[in-house]
Amino acid sequence: MTLIQLEREVICFAGDSGDGIQLLGARFSHHAATLGNDVMTLPDYPAEIRAPAGTTSGVSAFQLQFSSTDIYTAGDEFSVLIAMNAAALKSKITDLVPGGLILADEEGFSKKNIAQAGYSDNPLDDGSLADHRIIVDNFTRLTVQSLQELNLPSKQIKRCKNFFVLGIVLWIYNRPLAPTVKWLQEQFSDHHQVMEANILALNAGFNYAETTEIFGESFSVEAVPEKSGLYRTISGNEALSLGFICAAEKLQRPLFLGSYPITPASDILHTLSNYQNFGVKTFQAEDEIAAACAALGASYAGALGITSTSGPGLCLKTEALNLAVMTELPLVVINVQRGGPSTGLPTKTEQSDLMFAMYGRNGDSPLPVLAAASPADCFHMALEASRIATTFMTPVILLSDGYLANGSESWLVPDPEEITLEVVKPNQDIEPFYPYQRDPVTRSRPWVTPGTKGKMHRIGGLEKQSVTGEPSHDPDNHQRMTQERAEKIAGISAFIPEQPFTGSTDDHLLILSWGSTHGAVTAAVKQLREQGMAIAHAHLRYLNPFPVNLATIIAGFEHVLVFELNDQQLVKLIQAEFAIQAQSITQVTGLPFKVRDIVKSVIDYSEELNDGH
Amino acid sequence: MMGIEVLNRKDFVSATQIKWCRGCGDFNVLKTMQAVLAKTGRTRENSVFISGIGCSSRFPYYLNTYGFHTIHGRAPAIATGVKAVNPDLDVWVITGDGDALSIGGNHFIHAIRRNQDIKILLFNNAVYGLTKGQFSPTSSQGAVSKSSPLGSPDRALRPLALAASADATFIARTSDNDPVHMAMVLEAAANHQGTAVVEILQNCVIFNDQVHEPYNGPKSRDEHLLYLKHDKPLLFGKDQSNALVSDGFGFKVAKANDACCLVHRPTEESAAYAFALASLSYPEFPVPVGIFRQIHRPTFDHVLTEQQSVAVQKNGPGDLKALLQKNSYQRLI
Repeated sequence: MTLIQLEREVICFAGDSGDGIQLLGARFSHHAATLGNDVMTLPDYPAEIRAPAGTTSGVSAFQLQFSSTDIYTAGDEFSVLIAMNAAALKSKITDLVPGGLILADEEGFSKKNIAQAGYSDNPLDDGSLADHRIIVDNFTRLTVQSLQELNLPSKQIKRCKNFFVLGIVLWIYNRPLAPTVKWLQEQFSDHHQVMEANILALNAGFNYAETTEIFGESFSVEAVPEKSGLYRTISGNEALSLGFICAAEKLQRPLFLGSYPITPASDILHTLSNYQNFGVKTFQAEDEIAAACAALGASYAGALGITSTSGPGLCLKTEALNLAVMTELPLVVINVQRGGPSTGLPTKTEQSDLMFAMYGRNGDSPLPVLAAASPADCFHMALEASRIATTFMTPVILLSDGYLANGSESWLVPDPEEITLEVVKPNQDIEPFYPYQRDPVTRSRPWVTPGTKGKMHRIGGLEKQSVTGEPSHDPDNHQRMTQERAEKIAGISAFIPEQPFTGSTDDHLLILSWGSTHGAVTAAVKQLREQGMAIAHAHLRYLNPFPVNLATIIAGFEHVLVFELNDQQLVKLIQAEFAIQAQSITQVTGLPFKVRDIVKSVIDYSEELNDGH
Repeated sequence: MMGIEVLNRKDFVSATQIKWCRGCGDFNVLKTMQAVLAKTGRTRENSVFISGIGCSSRFPYYLNTYGFHTIHGRAPAIATGVKAVNPDLDVWVITGDGDALSIGGNHFIHAIRRNQDIKILLFNNAVYGLTKGQFSPTSSQGAVSKSSPLGSPDRALRPLALAASADATFIARTSDNDPVHMAMVLEAAANHQGTAVVEILQNCVIFNDQVHEPYNGPKSRDEHLLYLKHDKPLLFGKDQSNALVSDGFGFKVAKANDACCLVHRPTEESAAYAFALASLSYPEFPVPVGIFRQIHRPTFDHVLTEQQSVAVQKNGPGDLKALLQKNSYQRLI
């Protein structure tokens, strides 16, 4: 028996939705993370609650990369595919590396399964997988045999097969069972039989792998050496939720979330509704605009008002958003983007709401737009969105996407004591008081909430008279107020961090990315630079206004190449803002970029440039 | 009463110039509201008026309180957020028949079923005034308007019947031309704990003049309005000679002398009674005015507050550090 050291590994669990695949993946990831690996995950599940069992549309999958070095993505392709049925094999086999290992549950390869998956013959024995190693056994039956002494219904016993498989996988990677046993004990402390059954299945899987001779070797992925400290794995939606709780506490204001369920944003509502003991109020509204309106009402009354949604939901919120622009009230709008237009691809990721976030309102209606770069970065960007909304009295759109929302990564847990949110408090003591007098530094108006004595005033969606805030149809005033609103938002650039970039201005090509493409683009640029290519990379998290130094950075490069998961949205903003001929590489498949595709695109682009010269 | 400012109607008048048409019914509502606030409102700063879009929705500008003139139909949703964050505020929603029942129909029914402690004043003139004269959800079928030259094809919605079917805990109707009755109704609404829906029959002097006149005009009201009074029989007409009597699931009109009169009980638990009353319409029936329903139910804010204390009992007060460190682990070096 040999133990092989690996720097990193990518594996994919795939089965029918209902096979417990997401749980299996989450358990393995957490386990890897606790052992000190860097971890990134990519869950992939159907939009339907129960798509027809055994078909490719019902496949639920969970891909993860774990590593002894820093990683930025869940991996382009995997070395191990755990396929619980024929459909899972069919839909995921294309991403298995040549020579990769397939671990297949024979139970899921009945004649019916094979036909449902669209195979004419059993792929496990027709020679079509000759490029791969296949280990096939009836894991379901083995699970049932191991648990037969328990007095449980057979349906419940069969459900434990995911832990049997987890036992095998933990053996393959030379990992202890104890942490998962402990987790099961805690998780099912009220359901003793379920706990016992899953622990038995886990052990049975591990022992099966140990005693059968089909595995000639096991593998080891060590901890990341230089990264010690307190960590947890966190998904983007969780990180956003925690970020807003933290922001509200730092701003000393109650947190109010108005939301309407929509994939992939709903988990923010689910998560925050569990934290009423923090004073968080969640409101599941009757529709999207009601959710935004209630959040705006909450802000008006003095809370940190936030509303969460995904693309189609943002469409419905926009009238409320514009009311926030006109009344100059804080509001954070979280848009977890998904494939569009319309209902589009509910469970697939895309970055195609950028233009909508920028311009999707009637009138000249500028507002800040931010985008989180990774699941853990969602925490930081929640703080930033809250800071900007309350400091500048403006709605802020914070863009996340399906990939960030559901994907998770290792996160160095911050000490809340070290988090400061500097809120520039507008002077409320100025007499006489006018609701639209502006702070000379931030240009924001005072946030005077109902209940404040002696400062009764009326606001609303009609154009305001500058300073007094009275409704006004005066032409010159409208010109002036349009300008005041625009200048306030543009001025935020002085209050956000400068744009960082890797590489130097000696490089002749600048790569730009934004949002969740951060991981894949960063990994690709790193690889290309290691190969000696002279490229720089700037990843944007502040999209409106842009950081002040972005113009200088862009001016330092002859060529600019933008990567984004939409049909040329950021590139158009860049072209318009900086009057340059930036080019773009886009993808709208509902899937994140693969590192290798980015590498290839950059090489192809550079060669094209060289040919042109 | 030491330290409490005594306020009168004028304290609630704002400096903003009023832009309603001369003769508009809204003026009476405004004056009455100001007087009622002086009587019931604790302070100016604790009263918030939130409106949607339409002539009536300009109302908050004319009151020296906090005011928020918002967007089409969404005032109840905004009020929900305001009240949830600060339950100490007296929150009033000002809306019209188009605003509340057409574009805001969804928010109207959901605000009611939540029973938040907000007061919804629905100014019903059965026409779109601000957009200049189209038929509204309360216009009668066949009503000729700018957008219905051959008559509105839609059946009229009865706002209070809708409120009753959403189980409103306070339902009332009054008229813009009867300030004394209006003051009584508004005061009762102000004192109600829960969502109060008040329909105000209001005259649009420009686009739908005298639409309510046949039953609420000075000459016709004695004959055709049925004044609802707690624990009093449902009598109406000259000398109270007519009565409403039970007929299947609804009512019929009978002579008071012959009839076994129904007694008005607004505290009736079932909303069916209020629904039946709210479904009556002129000319087949008298038009009931006054308080249809007034029952006690826990408010949304009360439920939220209760839940928060349960959450604290269960999980302890929020501890940010513990929250961030949940499921964390010390990384091996």
